[in-house]
Amino acid sequence: MEPILTIENLKTSFMTSNGEVQAVRGVSFTVGKGEIVGLVGESGSGKSVTSMSILRLLADTARIKEGKILFEGEDLAKCSKAQMRKIRGGKISMIFQDPMSSLNPLIPVGKQVAEMIREHHPEKSGEEIRKEVLELFARVRIPEPEKRYKSFPHEFSGGMRQRVMIAMALANRPELLIADEPTTALDVTIQDQILKQLRELEKQFGTSIIFITHDLGVVAELCDRVIVLYGGLVMEEAPIDDIFENPKHPYTLGLLASIPSVDQDKSRRLQPIPGSPPDMTKPPEGCPFAPRCKYARVICGRELPEMTEISQGHRSRCWLLDPEAPAENNPFAETGERGESHE
Amino acid sequence: MSETAMLEVKNLTKHFKAGRGQVVHAVDNVSFVLKKGKTLGLVGESGCGKSSCARTVIRIYEPTEGTILLDGQDISHMKQRELKPLRRKMQMIFQDPYASLNARMTVRDIIAEPLLAHGVVKKKDQANELVYPMLERVGLTKEHANRYAHEFSGGQRQRVGIARALILQPELVICDEPISALDVSIQAQVINLLRDFQEEKGVSYLFIAHDLSMVRYVSDDVGVMYLGQLVEVCESGEIYKNPLHPYTKGLLGSIPIANPRLAREKEKSSIEGDIPSPIAPPSGCRFHTRCPFARPECGERAPVLKDVGGGHMVACHLYG
Repeated sequence: MEPILTIENLKTSFMTSNGEVQAVRGVSFTVGKGEIVGLVGESGSGKSVTSMSILRLLADTARIKEGKILFEGEDLAKCSKAQMRKIRGGKISMIFQDPMSSLNPLIPVGKQVAEMIREHHPEKSGEEIRKEVLELFARVRIPEPEKRYKSFPHEFSGGMRQRVMIAMALANRPELLIADEPTTALDVTIQDQILKQLRELEKQFGTSIIFITHDLGVVAELCDRVIVLYGGLVMEEAPIDDIFENPKHPYTLGLLASIPSVDQDKSRRLQPIPGSPPDMTKPPEGCPFAPRCKYARVICGRELPEMTEISQGHRSRCWLLDPEAPAENNPFAETGERGESHE
Repeated sequence: MSETAMLEVKNLTKHFKAGRGQVVHAVDNVSFVLKKGKTLGLVGESGCGKSSCARTVIRIYEPTEGTILLDGQDISHMKQRELKPLRRKMQMIFQDPYASLNARMTVRDIIAEPLLAHGVVKKKDQANELVYPMLERVGLTKEHANRYAHEFSGGQRQRVGIARALILQPELVICDEPISALDVSIQAQVINLLRDFQEEKGVSYLFIAHDLSMVRYVSDDVGVMYLGQLVEVCESGEIYKNPLHPYTKGLLGSIPIANPRLAREKEKSSIEGDIPSPIAPPSGCRFHTRCPFARPECGERAPVLKDVGGGHMVACHLYG
């Protein structure tokens, strides 16, 4: 698949009074044309900072220290502010978790979406833009677009506001849409409606989507490929079926074991991942997951493993995959049992 | 049956005044029984009244109508002064571990507060011998005792909230979305902790959540709420195997399945539209405006919750 976005060795840090927080420590991945890629990880894993780095929407205290963000042959990490303004909301747009704080409460929603179009197409007439906004509202299934054009954000429910955000993100037919937990604040029934819409969008216009979430269920329903982040690094990357059926990183195994399935045996305890994520002001030297990993060995705490290729498009960063790793207490050893089957 | 009931709620109604003579029908005519040592899950979309219901049960809110029996004792109209000794029996764990802990108190003081308030101990330093084991029980250490809430992660804060709720050894704990603000890997830690306590002490939980798969996992019985009313109640396995109410079916159909092959195959019976306003709930069955099976009578007559066999209760005209 032809890549639309290529991130190479991205490193982003925040300078705080407690020192440098190394939020993203060398992330590389690609997004293909028309592909939906899930970025999965818990709070502090670097998933949001990665996406904010792409659009250069970082706080003043943050800095992209290293790496390339190649989009249509251009390195976004080096673009000028003016160039970035053209790209944002144009070829790349974004939807955020909280639609209430992303909309201006004092301006009717129709006008806010219209502004997005005007910013990028000053040549269009007011009437033209208004028509486009109404079409967008209809496309994201906002009922009675004419009437709703003049409504204010507070007159909308959470789900409807998120639709307005999507309409706004789509206003200039982006090639890449970054969705940062867009459904986390919504009810499952509304989440379901929004996910359907995103899928339709990808089918209809071939928009590529980066979908950031911590919900593996949402990933399973929506994404073509998954990138698992932990401690500011990519831990595993695989096509959707492989992540669920053949996970090759203890962190991925842990994530899958800590959610109850719909037919989970109730007498069986959930298997949480003990401990909590690392402090990124002093990132661990070795594998960031090692302190919480039940399979960790001496080397894991000392040295960061490289990415190992497992199959086409499936890569993982774990010492247990090393050909010399012993089979004992190793869920990935050829002869050993799968880690989840013994308790 | 009622002698083993920890909590029995009969025809509970809670209305809020919304100004201009308008009334929010937050909870309408809800009845259920929570047995001793068991867990009852309450699920539904935001605005369905599940939190209002819980807060009325524990008498943070005054019920508009109906009775609340705590261990057989009618607490529905007790004065707060009379209620105080009973509060030892019922405690609450809140959703937001960031907002529900006092930022100016150390963790030790937060956990010791209920002991002092109920006169279990007279002085702060006497509380330590109860607070320290509790801290360890919820997976924190003695060293954490002198720290403040902001020094902890969300999961650790929720452990503090749990320790505070359990220190009085309550018989009923109301868990209002205790895990929805936590990361997935941390959610399971908290759930296991709650389960262990139940096995050891026989606590009863009223567990409120919108995550149906988690509710099914922790609950013995599940009640589904829609716009202030219970539309279906049954044993928790049954609700997945044999959901009856069209709303329950839609809700289940909307849960993302963490299995890509099943997700592609599953027939989606999702629900269109948004939840209507509880200020002017629809006539008849409140779900009829979104129900794919609605018939004319559904808009006219409200169905009552009734047993359709084996303790499976449903309020829907489709079932007689």
